Amino acid sequence: MSSPRQRNAQVPSASRRLRFLRRSGGADVLLIAVLGGALLASGCSRGASGGGLTVAGSTSIQPFADHWAEIYQKLHPDLVVNVQGGGSSAGIQAARSGAAQIGMSSRELKPDEKDLTAFVVARDGLAVIVHPANPLDDIGLDGVRAVFAGRIGSWDELGRGSGRITVVTREEGSGTRGAFQEMVMRKGRIAREAIVEDSNGTVRAIVAQDPHAIGYISLGLVDPTVKALALDGVDASDANILAGRYALVRPFLFVTSGTPRPDAQAFLDFILSDDGQELVESGGLLRAR
Amino acid sequence: MTRLERNDRIIRLALLLVAFSAVSILIVITAFIFSEGTPIMFRHGPGRFLLGLDWYPSEKLFGLLPMIVGSFSVTAGALLVGVPTSLACAVVLTQFASKRTARVLKPVIELLAGIPSVVYGFIGIVVIVPFIRDNLGGPGLSVLAAAIVLGIMILPTVISISVDAFQALPPSYREGSIALGATVWQTVRMVLLPAARSGIVAAVILGMGRAIGETMAVIMIAGNAAAVPTSPLAPVRTLTSNIALEMGYASGEHREALFATGVILFVIIMILNTLANRASARRKV
Repeated sequence: MSSPRQRNAQVPSASRRLRFLRRSGGADVLLIAVLGGALLASGCSRGASGGGLTVAGSTSIQPFADHWAEIYQKLHPDLVVNVQGGGSSAGIQAARSGAAQIGMSSRELKPDEKDLTAFVVARDGLAVIVHPANPLDDIGLDGVRAVFAGRIGSWDELGRGSGRITVVTREEGSGTRGAFQEMVMRKGRIAREAIVEDSNGTVRAIVAQDPHAIGYISLGLVDPTVKALALDGVDASDANILAGRYALVRPFLFVTSGTPRPDAQAFLDFILSDDGQELVESGGLLRAR
Repeated sequence: MTRLERNDRIIRLALLLVAFSAVSILIVITAFIFSEGTPIMFRHGPGRFLLGLDWYPSEKLFGLLPMIVGSFSVTAGALLVGVPTSLACAVVLTQFASKRTARVLKPVIELLAGIPSVVYGFIGIVVIVPFIRDNLGGPGLSVLAAAIVLGIMILPTVISISVDAFQALPPSYREGSIALGATVWQTVRMVLLPAARSGIVAAVILGMGRAIGETMAVIMIAGNAAAVPTSPLAPVRTLTSNIALEMGYASGEHREALFATGVILFVIIMILNTLANRASARRKV
């Protein structure tokens, strides 16, 4: 992968500790934060619209949105953007109730949420990775599911290579694991016996070290020390992702209720602009279009 | 009351206050962990926590048995590696080594305690894990790797307390035994080791406490699979790693369950400390 895709390590790691505090009470904290944010914003209304912009939802998007908001506020010092976590569902709920002007969701809207307007602001891909010396180049999504569920335990059963498979996964609660669970495992469980590491980087390091290992990481973090497998014959390439052929891509959505308020529209326009999309890419994500 | 007497009283009170603030921190920590961790245990039933095999917080399954077994198996392995080595070291330092050798050896052993645990973890992942994977099989990240690294990490604790135990024995034990014609090794084996037993037990228990509480190095080399390990080559997750791994993103009941993990760890360490205190108290009688 080329250098502009390198994830800006500072952004997610610095906000991780904060996120723990923010998420500690789930919805309650979100509510308090939203109320507090509204009070704060009305107390020091600097914007022309007379209130701050609240963006709330997915904790996978939150660290990136924090960074986008920071840059945006540097360009427009008169605007206040509050970014909050709470999870995709809470974000969509907040957008509907008006508690937040923009809800963030790292999953597609469900049928009963279609009354809201969704904008794809970025996309995040997942790569299934193995050791570079592994003879396997291609795997089916069913195969990945069977391996991570522990139903397939050796490379021989997958047709290429030999020996036991070392499954490496992320810890419970991680957004990457959540996305993998949703897109690959669906209702199934990741096997108890899988090795658990607590960051994309350590998963990559373990897979790079162990010829028998398989794991998954954010697409932007794949480097030559590991090999990204093609899924059902589709390479994890930019072209395939843009064409929508690669299966493990999730959209990062900004959700609004009806037509966005002018200040929400302005923030949205900024992220969808060329400058904004470059910011998206520099964070290790994929462009919206 | 003179000025000096008054000053004395003020200083005494001030020092008392500082001393009690240290104790009160312990009380606050204890109260906090228990108030955060116990409600969820009673909501789901302590049995499901202590004996449950499934740790899937997203499905509200909080079985901690794999982590409890994990902590004990890693600790037992560490003792197997560390205790014989430590005892050998302590015997050499107190009975066989010349004063000059001991003067060199002792500071070097104490230096081991000063190496940060992340460095031990790093050496483990670069040297020990690939060695196990290539020569013994399995993923390398395993009970064995953790046991070896922890065994080395407890050396300074166990050695220095065992050395103290040997040195606390009256010199007449050794002299009497030698005078009866016993060799140094016979003296160590039949007189000194039994006499120093309670001190050595205390050393082992403190080493155990050190091993069970270690987190960073273990996360790096144990593999952290939340399953009861079936062999020394299988990956394992300890109670401490369970907390450290998942605290970053945990919320709601998941977070409470991590505090419950802390409660269990706290109880285990309290039991160990009490045992160590009793063992060393018996020594003084």
